[in-house]
Amino acid sequence: MPETHEVIIIGSGPAGLTAALYTARANLSPLLLEGEPSSTSDQPGGQLMLTTDVENYPGFPDGIMGPELMLNFRAQAHRFGARIETVKATRVDLSERPFKVWTGDPEALEPTYLGNCLIVSTGAQSLMLGLDREIELVGHGLSTCATCDGFFFRDQEIAVVGGGDSAIEEAVFLTRFASKVSIIHRRDSLRASKIMQQRAFDHPQIEFIWDTVVTEYLGEASISGLRLRNVKTDKSRDLPVTGVFIAIGHRPNTNIFSGQLEMKDNGYLVTQPDCSRTNVEGVFACGDVQDDVYRQAVTAAGSGCMAALDAERWLEAQHS
Amino acid sequence: MAGTLGTIDDNTFDEEIGSSTTPVLVDFWAEWCGPCKMIAPILEEIADEQGESLKILKLNVDDAPSVAQRFGVMSIPTLILFKDGEEAKRIVGAKPKAALLDDVTPFL
Repeated sequence: MPETHEVIIIGSGPAGLTAALYTARANLSPLLLEGEPSSTSDQPGGQLMLTTDVENYPGFPDGIMGPELMLNFRAQAHRFGARIETVKATRVDLSERPFKVWTGDPEALEPTYLGNCLIVSTGAQSLMLGLDREIELVGHGLSTCATCDGFFFRDQEIAVVGGGDSAIEEAVFLTRFASKVSIIHRRDSLRASKIMQQRAFDHPQIEFIWDTVVTEYLGEASISGLRLRNVKTDKSRDLPVTGVFIAIGHRPNTNIFSGQLEMKDNGYLVTQPDCSRTNVEGVFACGDVQDDVYRQAVTAAGSGCMAALDAERWLEAQHS
Repeated sequence: MAGTLGTIDDNTFDEEIGSSTTPVLVDFWAEWCGPCKMIAPILEEIADEQGESLKILKLNVDDAPSVAQRFGVMSIPTLILFKDGEEAKRIVGAKPKAALLDDVTPFL
C-alpha cells in the first residue's frame, strides 16, 4: 500500500523548500520529493545550484553562493521535520483525492505516495538550442553550467548564446577564465537589465555578435567552433571557439501535469489571483513553475510561503 | 568538504592509481560546483556499500589542475573509473545513484 501524507511537495528550489519549512512548522509533516542529481537546473535545489554569487537575496549583504544558499534552505526545512526524498515524481493522478504520485516507473500499477494535498514547485529548466549532436557534446565544450565548467576554459575563446540577464551574467562570470567571450544574440538589443547590460558593454573581453543564430556545432570529439547565420543578411560564417554556454531562456517543468492542471500557452501553470490555488482543489503551485514574469529566488520563496499557508488553511477547512 | 573519502592530487595520482589492486573511481570536483556537492553524499554511500571492491577518491580540480587537464576533463562533476591503472569508464555530469551504480558495477 502506498504511504499517505497530509502534504506532498514536488520540487526543491526556493519555493518548494520554503513551503516545506512552513508546512513542517505547522506540524503537517510534509514529504518533499526533491528530484534527482543532474548537471542541468532540473536537480535538487534547482536553478541556484548552477550559480555562483547570489547578490540580490535579501539578508546576505556580502552575497552568498547559490549552492550554499540552497543547502541552507534545505537544512532549515529538515530541522523542522520535513521529510526529504531524493527522487523525482514521474507521474501524478489528480482526478480524485487523495492525489496519487508515482516516483520511479510511471507505469507501475500502484502509486508510490498518496497526498491529501499537493504543492507543485517543480520550477523551470534551461532551454537548449536543439541542434544536432547537442546531447553528446555536453561536457565536451558544450556546457549547461557556466559555474561548473568555466574553469576549464582558461585563456580560451568561448561563446555565450542568449541576450537576457542570465546570458550576460554568465558571460561576465566567464571572463574570469576565458580570454574572450562572444555573446551571440538573435536580436539587435538585449533583454537584460540595464545594470547587467552596462557591465557587459564596458567589459574589454566581451564582444557582441548581433542578429545572429547558431546553426551548427563544429568539431568532432569536442567543440572547435560554431556555424553562425546572420538573420538580417542571411550570411553564414564560422566562429572558432572551444566552449559554448547556452542561456536562451527557460521552460517550466510541467510535463507530468499536462491535461490535469490548467496551463498558459507557454506551459506555465495558472494560479488564481492573489493566491497559489490551481484549477484543482487541494493542489497549490508556487515558484517559477507558475511565474513567467518575476522569476527571482526571493519571489519564489515568497510564493512558497503563500502555498504553504493556503494548503494549511485548506486542510483545516477539510478536517473541520 | 567534510567526508570520509580519501583524496588524490597531482602529486599522488600516478602512484595511487598505478598501485591499486582494486578499481578506483576518481571524483573530479570543486568547491564552486553545485552538482558536485549534490553527488558527494551519494558517492559516500556507494563507497560504504561497495566496501573492498571499489575505492573512491576525490580530486579537487583547483588543487590538481594538471591531472584534470591530462584527462581532458572539461566539465565537472566528472567521474573516471580506473581499472589496472587504465581508464575503464567515464561519467560526465551528476546523475542519480541508481544510474551511477549501473555505470560502475559492470567493472567491479
